[in-house]
Amino acid sequence: MFSNLRSIWIAFLHMFHKRETIQYPEEKIYLPPRWRGRIILSRDPDGQERCVACYLCQVACPVGCISLQATQDETGRRYPEFFRINFSRCIFCGYCEEACPTYSIQLTPDYEMSEFHRENMVYEKEDLLISGEGKYHGYNFYRVSGLAIGGKDKGEGIEDLPPVDVRSIRPDK
Amino acid sequence: MNEVVRAVIIALGILIVMMTIAASLIWVERRALALWQDRYGPNRVGPFGLAQVLADMVKIFFKEDWIPKFADRKVFVVAPTIIIMTVLMSFAIIPYTREITLVDLNIGLLFFLGMSSLGVYSVVLGGWASNNKYSLLGTLRAAAQMVSYEVFMGLSLMGIVMITGSFSLVDIVEAQRKVWFFIPQIIGFFIFTVAGIAETHRLPFDLPEAESELISGFHSEYSGMKFGMFFVGEYLGITLISGMIVTLFFGGWLGPAFLPPVVWFLLKTFVFILFFVLLRASLPRPRYDQLMSYGWKFLLPLSLLNLIVTGAVLLFMK
Repeated sequence: MFSNLRSIWIAFLHMFHKRETIQYPEEKIYLPPRWRGRIILSRDPDGQERCVACYLCQVACPVGCISLQATQDETGRRYPEFFRINFSRCIFCGYCEEACPTYSIQLTPDYEMSEFHRENMVYEKEDLLISGEGKYHGYNFYRVSGLAIGGKDKGEGIEDLPPVDVRSIRPDK
Repeated sequence: MNEVVRAVIIALGILIVMMTIAASLIWVERRALALWQDRYGPNRVGPFGLAQVLADMVKIFFKEDWIPKFADRKVFVVAPTIIIMTVLMSFAIIPYTREITLVDLNIGLLFFLGMSSLGVYSVVLGGWASNNKYSLLGTLRAAAQMVSYEVFMGLSLMGIVMITGSFSLVDIVEAQRKVWFFIPQIIGFFIFTVAGIAETHRLPFDLPEAESELISGFHSEYSGMKFGMFFVGEYLGITLISGMIVTLFFGGWLGPAFLPPVVWFLLKTFVFILFFVLLRASLPRPRYDQLMSYGWKFLLPLSLLNLIVTGAVLLFMK
């Protein structure tokens, strides 16, 4: 009996408590930068696509929502011909981001992507590609890899030594 | 002739005001409940979410009104109207002020008790006609609960009748000029409030419709405006019980003169409506056997004791 009266009183005192509700469209909750939301494709510091179309994200994806096609430009730089994510299937697990060797595919703290038509949930490369570097700054895959592509020959990368002639026995060459 | 016109005007006024109150109670309850649960409740449609009432009404009127194939069609249709009719009939005898009283029956209190007993039929017939296991269970509970709580609902008021010496509600309010009856009849007030909650099957005594166990019990099969009528009936019931508590225990329209009497009546009633909502916000639903034993083993002896003590004191004072 008295515990009932006490709970009525406690409920009454809740009148003076702060309300827990976040008034969503006006107020928004703080999302940490690592929050797994809408997927983007980032660019390297030189402004070129980071994606090298290695298919690792496609393989890692547990629901198979990523599809892409690799191609090369005339200098041998790989990039995806198309890159398509079906967000109506995506479960935002972040495995694609973990699998990505070039920091290209990233998840962002954005969740406001409702659509009236399911077709609109399929994002193409131009929808996914952003102009910046996303969460990981200063990383450029082709600058640290030993690959020769347009504008960078072998041995010209960061921390790269000039190529060694393996057929020679002279240590300085 | 003049009397008739006046009565019709008052009756229409009561009808309109009470229906408006019952409809807006949907909003009041949701906002107040939210306030006590640290939420906001409906606050988007119109100022403070007030237009939510209109939106709800439009929605419920245009919803598909579906009658199940297996239901007893005639009874199914009639059942929701009964609760509204009986509750609205009871509003006729409440004295809002000395002037605004539709009928001052010399058996007003008995009329109220009779009408609230008839309200059981709505629930029982509705649940029975639904021809559905859960509705039947809800109906069984409703019948047992309302019949048993009615017993001491009546008994708890007899103390007041003894003090006043009249069943007329106007006389009862007039008798409270010196002191409101909730002071000499505190036990009666307590029992009447509990029985009133059980009678309107509001939380925490909402066992007939217990969503979590009986998927809303007796009105499981109801949809559209038929469901809406059960709902409006419930809110009208809250208003009626609050009005009766105010009339019987809190001096009806009486109050300091800086406000008109009708405002005092409505203000006090509103406080009790909010109290009903507060109960919903704070108390859990008892088990069914707890409800019954609480009624028969605690409240009934208590109300009898209250009756005896009141009688003894009255005799002693004489």
